[in-house]
Amino acid sequence: MGIHAIRMPDIGEGIAEAEISEWLVQPGDVLREDDPMVAVMTDKATVEIPCPVTGTVIWQAGQPGDVIAVGAELVRLEVDGPGNVADDAPPAEPSRQAETAPPDPEPAEAKAEAAAEQPAPKPAARPAAAPLRPEGERPIASPAVRARAREAGVDLRLLRGSGPAGRIGHDDLDAFIASGGIPAPSGPQADTGIKEIRVIGLRRKIAERMEAANRVPQITIVEEVDATALEDLRARMNAQGKGARLTLLPFIARAIVRALHDQPLLNAHYDAEAGLIRRFGGVHLGIAAQTPQGLMVPVVRHAEALDLRGLAAEIARLGAAAKEGTAKRDELAGSTITITSLGPLGAIASTPILNVPEVAIVGVNRLAVRPHWNGAAFEPRKMMNLSCSFDHRVIDGWDAAVFVARLKELLETPALIFVEG
Amino acid sequence: MREIQCRLLVIGAGPGGYVCAIRAGQLGVDTVVVDAEPPGGTCLNMGCIPSKALIHAAEEYHRLAQLSSTPSMGISAGAPRLDLGATMAWKDGIVERLTGGVATLLRKAKVRLVAGRAAVRDGKTALVETPEGPVQIRTEVLVIATGSEPIEVPSLPFGGKIISSTDALALTEVPGRLAVVGGGYIGLELGIAYAKLGAEVTVVEAAARILPQYDAELTRPVAQRLAQLGVRVLTGARAGGLSDSGALRVAGVDGAEDIAADKVLVTVGRRPRATAAGVAGLRLEMAGPFIRIDERCRTSMAGVFAIGDVTGEPMLAHRAMAQGEMVAELVAGQRRAWDKRAIPAVCFTDPEIVSVGLSPDEAAAAGREVVTGLFPLAANGRAMTAGDEAGFLRVTARADTHELLGIQAVGAGVAEMAGGLALALEMGARLEDIAGTIHAHPTRGEALHEACLRALGHALHI
Repeated sequence: MGIHAIRMPDIGEGIAEAEISEWLVQPGDVLREDDPMVAVMTDKATVEIPCPVTGTVIWQAGQPGDVIAVGAELVRLEVDGPGNVADDAPPAEPSRQAETAPPDPEPAEAKAEAAAEQPAPKPAARPAAAPLRPEGERPIASPAVRARAREAGVDLRLLRGSGPAGRIGHDDLDAFIASGGIPAPSGPQADTGIKEIRVIGLRRKIAERMEAANRVPQITIVEEVDATALEDLRARMNAQGKGARLTLLPFIARAIVRALHDQPLLNAHYDAEAGLIRRFGGVHLGIAAQTPQGLMVPVVRHAEALDLRGLAAEIARLGAAAKEGTAKRDELAGSTITITSLGPLGAIASTPILNVPEVAIVGVNRLAVRPHWNGAAFEPRKMMNLSCSFDHRVIDGWDAAVFVARLKELLETPALIFVEG
Repeated sequence: MREIQCRLLVIGAGPGGYVCAIRAGQLGVDTVVVDAEPPGGTCLNMGCIPSKALIHAAEEYHRLAQLSSTPSMGISAGAPRLDLGATMAWKDGIVERLTGGVATLLRKAKVRLVAGRAAVRDGKTALVETPEGPVQIRTEVLVIATGSEPIEVPSLPFGGKIISSTDALALTEVPGRLAVVGGGYIGLELGIAYAKLGAEVTVVEAAARILPQYDAELTRPVAQRLAQLGVRVLTGARAGGLSDSGALRVAGVDGAEDIAADKVLVTVGRRPRATAAGVAGLRLEMAGPFIRIDERCRTSMAGVFAIGDVTGEPMLAHRAMAQGEMVAELVAGQRRAWDKRAIPAVCFTDPEIVSVGLSPDEAAAAGREVVTGLFPLAANGRAMTAGDEAGFLRVTARADTHELLGIQAVGAGVAEMAGGLALALEMGARLEDIAGTIHAHPTRGEALHEACLRALGHALHI
């Protein structure tokens, strides 16, 4: 029998460390070669690390949320035959806790990992925090407590028990009597509990990105769009039954590609430290998506090279992959401009936060039928607002307004989206 | 006529009455207790105590008889001889010591014990026929503790070869053939004892199985032991009268049968003596055959309490004692009410049964989601070393909070666990509480620990 140490592998792209997002094994588990051991999260994605040998887990490095450097010991296995370390070599401690990790130097895309919940340090025991028992259920208390309560004229049904299963103890009775015998309220009541949730994984990444974006002075423009013609077109195309059902998103994506053609400066990254604007030829369209793990932004690569159906298919595929947590690292990175849409929850207007270092983001608000003055009468039109934010350091209000006006024009007259030139 | 004034008058000096009187005396209440029999009631004079003496003697004799025919553990013995008259005298000696002890305790508590037959005249007055003549007792508070008595079967009136449990505890010769009518705990306790003393015993039970108030799982080890002891059990069978030849007529599922018997022990239950001692004249509200009481043992008449068997099931001495204690404290001005969670019940059958709280079936019938754990004594070291591995211990707890709802056990010596099991329920114990308590090894009590561990899904020794 020997001890085999497995180190954090180099998972590529110059990544120096990875955060443990989930242990898939426990000490004592018997692993065979290629069994997954642990899910780790890098700046880009979550990766499952397989076990390279067969053996029994005897030690593992750290808890979910701990950051392990590449090359540091991750797992120790007891294996048949000689191991690769001396038995008495103490395993290295996990390098550091995720909370103390400095922000990543590189911009990172969102990836799949939920913020782990951890029991908070118990606040001072307050009997009032426990729920009163359901109707008809007898309070649990020892005979001595019951006798004391009766002697003191206290009805135990009015007390909350702080003990296991709501058991009422002498302390609960003392507190109740000391409080003047005020019965526990049965109506709405204050919940004094505090649950501490460690901000790790994806949630931590999102928080860091939002902080970075907040350092950018942003200008937001809200414009009204009459989407009646666009909706008619969409309805007709869907009625034809060719291919998958189209949503509004691919049309808007197409319109953005068209508008960027006239204003390429909006399809750019601003690197303030280097004093550089990187203008991209290709439009890599980030699609903000809500997933069970949190906000993620899968990227449609080279949207300018996709037709409407191609855009629709790619948006659908990436959305599903993000929700299932199967999106690959390169599908979650490298966007040059972003669309954010909450569909029916899209509100009247919003203030989208830039997906830095991008310089523009297009927010799509809810579509609704509203009265519209056509010069002679009100008529019902399908109206929708666009809320777009820009990096005001490099984009002037004029340019921003022109871009939004162009989007409005394209969406109100959808034929223009498809007309060359 | 002599007249006595007091604050508290207790009619009946059984376990309920004498405990009530002692406690009242301790609390300085001027108390009189009346009984025609020596104090201790059915329990001491013709119930719990004498039957346990007989059961123990029978077990001792049975072991010797077994060893004489089948040596075991390397021990053999000669044929034992039995003098049942001497056994009964030994038993009577114990009863006398205990009744004498109760009289002493009453005296120490400054309670006046009046020997005689009482007749309640109204809620404040009773007339007692004593050997020294009638005595009128006037009281402020009256406690009715008149107890219960065996039920007669109309076709089998007591007398001659038809005997009650009281008579069965006073036989001086072991009947050659004993028929027991009623397979409840009294009939089985005495039937098993006489079987061990050499009688050929037949038990006739009207229900589908013996001990019908317990679940089938719990009574199965007893049924198996009855078979080993050669006791014939007729279930679903109704006893008629005696035939001309003196045999017991039984209508069973397989037709009628005459069971030849030297004695017919009738133990079909007990009825409250709710109308005895002039209590009927008070016209108290009743609950069926019992006197209706509230959670303070108060009857429908102010200043009149009732305790013990006369107030309802379970008719158990320890319930009466707890009621008596509570009433005494109420009379002394303390705040009390009946809030017991558990009244343990034991059967001194072979093997013994103990039950407290709900069985799994009862808990389910009450709409509870439950978890259960059962630990067989066959996996218990102490049970093996004591040479009797029959039985098990079973726990039932709420599935959500793991609060224990009931514990039952069947096995040799398990009656001794009753206090601990009841304590668990009174304290509101959860499975984790018992699982987290060190139980001494090697004892049968480890079965409780293991049953709780098993209910939690991690029993160690099974």
